[in-house]
Amino acid sequence: MAVVKLFGAWTSPYFYRVIWALKLKGIPYECIEEDLLNKSPLLLQYNPVHKKIPVLVHDGKPICESTIIPQYIEEIWPQPSLLPSDPYERAMARFWIKFADDKLILLALSPSISKMYRASGEEQEKAVKYILEMLETMEDHGLIGGKKFFGGDKISMVDMAFGAVAHWLGVIEDAAGLKIFEAHKFPRLQSWIQNFKEVPIIKENLTDRDKMFALLKRRREMLLASK
Amino acid sequence: MAEEVKLFGAWGSPFSRRVEIALELKGIPFEYIEENVSDDKFKSPLLLKYNPIHKKVPVLLHNGKPVLESLIILEYVDETWKDNPILPEDPHERTMARFWARFIDEKCMPPVWKALLGTGEEREKALEEVRECLKTLEGVLNGKRFFGGETIGLLDIAANFIAFWLRVIQEVSGLEFLTADKCPVLIKWCDEFVSCNPVKEHLPPRDKLIAFMKNWLSGDGWTD
Repeated sequence: MAVVKLFGAWTSPYFYRVIWALKLKGIPYECIEEDLLNKSPLLLQYNPVHKKIPVLVHDGKPICESTIIPQYIEEIWPQPSLLPSDPYERAMARFWIKFADDKLILLALSPSISKMYRASGEEQEKAVKYILEMLETMEDHGLIGGKKFFGGDKISMVDMAFGAVAHWLGVIEDAAGLKIFEAHKFPRLQSWIQNFKEVPIIKENLTDRDKMFALLKRRREMLLASK
Repeated sequence: MAEEVKLFGAWGSPFSRRVEIALELKGIPFEYIEENVSDDKFKSPLLLKYNPIHKKVPVLLHNGKPVLESLIILEYVDETWKDNPILPEDPHERTMARFWARFIDEKCMPPVWKALLGTGEEREKALEEVRECLKTLEGVLNGKRFFGGETIGLLDIAANFIAFWLRVIQEVSGLEFLTADKCPVLIKWCDEFVSCNPVKEHLPPRDKLIAFMKNWLSGDGWTD
């Protein structure tokens, strides 16, 4: 019987934050795929407050929130470490993780949230502007000094928190017919994306691009047709 | 090396007061710098330098290095100064404290403002949302004296908004967010919290906050 269970959904970058943490630390787990439009009673029992994925269940105890779960994982299985050991560096990492969490809500693929591929006109423009500001902050403040990853030479929870930018943003842009991230305008970010996706665990664990594109395109067409 | 600890805060901010409580609890002397947060143009050049992205208080400066975001600062303080720990030892309990602290900031607080500033159905809906959150926290408290057990911990400190600001808002607006019939244990906790040692010196003057809120709600603007 698996000691660690993970409830998630294949489209969600939040789900992948936890997968990457578990895999980078070599922790075996059982994955339970949730249909986000028809959530299981078990999920609702484990996460009554937010009713969302991902949820990690360790020895029968649920842990929720994709930025809180990796910190729990880090405490139970400290090696290899995904957070700095120095308290100041750790505080900086937590700052960026929170920033990613707050800003990336617009890239969430939950039908009720994403304004990027669902909306058009003014609403979409606003969403695009918001995303651009986030990318600029990452470029100008997060990646200064020519670092390979946000925390330096090694991949950490901060990089994983920004995973949506490295993979999901591109698919959403294509499905919505937008071009937000231009590599020449964000050289550090472009480098970071390449470095991030070259890490073997990350490379092998990214949601199927074509499958997601097809899903988003279908959803967008349905939504625009119904307006 | 002598420790240099400075805190950029604002008298009315529950977030900067959280940090004051933690520093008091651990007996850490610090220099306090009051910021006028009513508008970006009043904020000090130092604050803008140390928190260029969000331009907000609190900012903790420890030996010249800035730490941002109140809950992150609380964890930093706990990790740096080990006396009187505010986070539990057990990793699962520690995780739950973090979870509920975020719950307070992200789920409880926004509908309070919505209820205050909204009208009609929107106001009712927001009011009900807050009441649900408070009921949930009543369950988390589970009859204990404090969220942290016998002494205050990170979650108690994070809930300072509920213990003090929410009750002021209630008085000023007449909106009944927190009532004894629905949340008797939480109400008792509020009284215990505001009167305990590390907290009582680190709350805004009640009359000043009431006047400020009345002023703000009447549309006379945000004055400090």
